Amino acid sequence: MKLITAVVKPFKLDEVKEALQALGVHGLTVTEASGYGRQHGHTEVYRGAEYRIDLVPKVRIEVVVEDEDAEAVVDAVVAAARTGKIGDGKVWTVPVDGVVRVRTGERGPDAV
Amino acid sequence: MHLADATPALDTGDTAWLLACTALVLLMTPALALFYGGMVRTKSALNMIMMSFVSIASVSVVWLLAGYSLAFGEDTALGLIGGLDHLGMAGIAPDAVTGHVPTLLFAAFQLTFAVLTVALISGAIADRARFGAWVVFTVLWTLLVYVPVAHWVFAPGGWILAKLGALDFAGGLVVEINCGAAGLALALVLGPRLGFKREAMRPHNLPLVLLGAGLLWFGWFGFNGGSALGANGLAAAALLNTQAAGCTGLAGWLLVEKRRDGHATTLGAASGAVAGLVAITPSCGSVDLVGALLIGLAAGVVCAYAVGWKFRLGFDDSLDVVGVHLVAGVIGTVLIGVFATAVMTGGPAGLLHGGGLAQLGKQLVAVAAVGGYSFAATYGLGRAIERVLGFRAEREHELTGLDLAVHAESAYDHGVLGHGSATAHAAVLAHSSDRSPAV
Repeated sequence: MKLITAVVKPFKLDEVKEALQALGVHGLTVTEASGYGRQHGHTEVYRGAEYRIDLVPKVRIEVVVEDEDAEAVVDAVVAAARTGKIGDGKVWTVPVDGVVRVRTGERGPDAV
Repeated sequence: MHLADATPALDTGDTAWLLACTALVLLMTPALALFYGGMVRTKSALNMIMMSFVSIASVSVVWLLAGYSLAFGEDTALGLIGGLDHLGMAGIAPDAVTGHVPTLLFAAFQLTFAVLTVALISGAIADRARFGAWVVFTVLWTLLVYVPVAHWVFAPGGWILAKLGALDFAGGLVVEINCGAAGLALALVLGPRLGFKREAMRPHNLPLVLLGAGLLWFGWFGFNGGSALGANGLAAAALLNTQAAGCTGLAGWLLVEKRRDGHATTLGAASGAVAGLVAITPSCGSVDLVGALLIGLAAGVVCAYAVGWKFRLGFDDSLDVVGVHLVAGVIGTVLIGVFATAVMTGGPAGLLHGGGLAQLGKQLVAVAAVGGYSFAATYGLGRAIERVLGFRAEREHELTGLDLAVHAESAYDHGVLGHGSATAHAAVLAHSSDRSPAV
């Protein structure tokens, strides 16, 4: 199994969700996040004083899928989240040793 | 104000108007609390609001016990200070009359001015003052600075208005320049906030700022309209001038912002309106509508630039008491010497209306006297409090926010994890359930 983590622009969340549903991914976890990459932040002005805001709002989406589905899921997330402009985000994959469904105690791929 | 002109006799219309105005002006302090509260960071929002609220209580009590008597009692020293005859409002019966209104009502109306002036100063030391020291400051500053200045300007025997002949209709000297100069002094005594010029210290809630500014504007009709001390044409003119200057102040600030920064901001709109209203406060009873429009515009434009001074000169007047109140107060007070018309004042006229330079000179003397006294006396008082009690909050409290450290409260609880356990309540429940089986 693989854990796929995507940090994307908040307004792209719905499109990413729909793309994952279309692929048959059953569940996901979403967290509000903030950070910056090459884009860095933006400038806000209060009474003429400029403030450089480094951390930009993002959402962090996490899904666990079986190994053979991982590549397709990553592609779907990337396609849905892309605007082509700077700050579109990152997607990465890490191996998962085990998963347990809390309600039933099922383990492994059945629990995903 | 025209205290000395009125032949004492109660007028119910005037009294009704001033009763309403007193309530309007009292509203300005909670409005200021929101205006300031929204401009600080989340971690100290309650403390900022509380500095205004506690001023309502402390200044009111001081005013009723001693302030009114010293400000408006019989002059005892060359127009510098009043007497002690009316301590605790002694000797003022309900049927005593000042002008056309009950003296007790006049005292209450003036009380609301004192409260607001003190609360205004707190904006200069946001996020870093010890609360207890602030409360002590409100009491002492009212007696040592506000009361004498109110006597000089507003009392029938005061040296600035009655003897010198400078004009201040509703408190450009007493309220605006006074609080601005005091704010500058305290900002210097306390020093800048930790992280000043390095960290983003953004307003945490701009809708709150705009709500506060809107309520201030509403209250300002009582502030300026009420200063006619009667329900009459002068009150109407003052009220109209107030509206005019608030609007052009807002417009002036936004024009500067749009040209300089590319955006017209909400904080700029609120600040510009307040700047215009500040500037028209001294002048609303002596200029015509065109004068009011120009004074408001001048204040909006100049103050939009002036708020940048604190970054260049290095003093941290957190919420721009200097850049807005001192600067706009000076603009409004000095421009009386330019725009005053004899039609409004019933006497002196300004430069543009054939009055020559005389009135302008008097206005400048008054500005220098009040600004200089307020700055020097407040600096001395601030230093004394710093030495005896400590005025600056502890470093740790300033960093984590004064709300938790001082008040054991936080303004907002947005997270799902912030619930903790209800210790006191749980202890009570545990105690009662322990005992219940034995009953």
